[in-house]
Amino acid sequence: MLVSEGAGTIGITDHAQSELGDIVYVDLPKPGTKIEQGASFGSVESVKAVSDIYAPVTGEILEVNESLASAPEKLNQEPHTGGWLVKVKLTAPDEIGKLLTAAEYQEYIGA
Amino acid sequence: MSLSPELQKTPLNGVHRASGARMVDFGGWDMPVQYSGIIEEHHAVRRAVGLFDVSHMGEIEIRGPQAFDLVGYAATSAVGKLAVGQAQYAGLLYEHGGFVDDILIYKVSDEHYFLCVNASNQEKDYGHIAALQKEKGFNCTVEFASARYAQLAVQGPLAASVVQQLTAVDLKAIRYYRFADGEVIGVQARIARTGYTGEDCFELFVAPEHAEALWSAIMEAGAGHGIKPCGLGARNTLRLEAGMALYGHEIGPAINPVEAGLLRNIDLSKDFCGKPAVEACAAQPLKRKLCGIEMLGRGIARDGYEMYVDGAAAGFVTSGSPSPTLNKNIAMCYLPAAVAEPGHTVQVLIRGQQVDAVTAPLPFYKRAK
Repeated sequence: MLVSEGAGTIGITDHAQSELGDIVYVDLPKPGTKIEQGASFGSVESVKAVSDIYAPVTGEILEVNESLASAPEKLNQEPHTGGWLVKVKLTAPDEIGKLLTAAEYQEYIGA
Repeated sequence: MSLSPELQKTPLNGVHRASGARMVDFGGWDMPVQYSGIIEEHHAVRRAVGLFDVSHMGEIEIRGPQAFDLVGYAATSAVGKLAVGQAQYAGLLYEHGGFVDDILIYKVSDEHYFLCVNASNQEKDYGHIAALQKEKGFNCTVEFASARYAQLAVQGPLAASVVQQLTAVDLKAIRYYRFADGEVIGVQARIARTGYTGEDCFELFVAPEHAEALWSAIMEAGAGHGIKPCGLGARNTLRLEAGMALYGHEIGPAINPVEAGLLRNIDLSKDFCGKPAVEACAAQPLKRKLCGIEMLGRGIARDGYEMYVDGAAAGFVTSGSPSPTLNKNIAMCYLPAAVAEPGHTVQVLIRGQQVDAVTAPLPFYKRAK
């Protein structure tokens, strides 16, 4: 998640998109929807399976990446940039301290 | 990811793992679900050629003076119509009319039939057929022969161009659903023009010790044709587009062939295990029928999802997935007979939302002749 001025951009990691395989469908809520840290707020579907997307932080959805509706493969191709999922207004900024850094995540997935 | 010690492996397991294929537990077998990606592999089969390891499938050999009688009693199809060197799709049924399995029957000679059966049902099928042989006292032997065969499937419009490089057998002489025994890369093989993708197809049965050499030879021969190794993920999207049944989904012990609508050649002129139940079902108006649907609204119908007609729960999805070739989301399902004809709008319950779909004819895809 990329944070700037109290708003975060949420996506999935390159590791996650690789594990999912070809992504064919993304289901995201509308702007204004409240999301809660740890709770599912949408889903990503590969050819074979449906996976929940879990919110890393609590907040309110400001913007949704509409381009994923017609081009879900962007999530595979650019998970950290053009394949962003939602932009969120953070209501509990202290939560960020509990998230893994990129380096800690790499260690976590055993890379 | 650690490997359960109970998972069975085909002779090509080392090849799959060495190539970095993503492996899954498929009915107790350690099998590749994908190599480069399901969509890419699917397109390779439709447009060029793909190679599948299907060695997990089972083989049963029936031999003897009454081999025909046993096969004819066990299977629903008109086995009497088979010529030597010809194959036929059939069902094995329980007495109550539900499916034990769906199989391919190959007539090797008047006294020798070779059956290819689903990997997950092979022990059950063998037990079922052996019990019928005992019950009827037919003069023949039933051999559970799976350990003697590896099976590689070469599928796609360029399949013949690839396989022909590896054999002196004239493949043009082997028509669809025919087979010949001969040499491929210098080893004995059963060369069958059968498949599970809806494309031109060769299924090659060889002894397990030749599987790796054959795999490499096919990949090399196919290199100039764009061949791709393909896993079970693409195998499923391909067979779904082709409207082909998968045991445990479109057919199973609680489903009979009449409602599955998939066995056009049920031979009612002969006696077979399950016949009275089939006739009873055929004599009444069908309650439910297998049909296809295409999603109209956003969403993918998946296996087991509930379906609604006019607001009432009315059926269920048996297999569903995106269709890479048709660029739609498709599914096969059981619906009330009145609605199971093309052109009806129905709903699929997808994570709490009813999403529109329209019934469609099967198959969804047919290759150009």
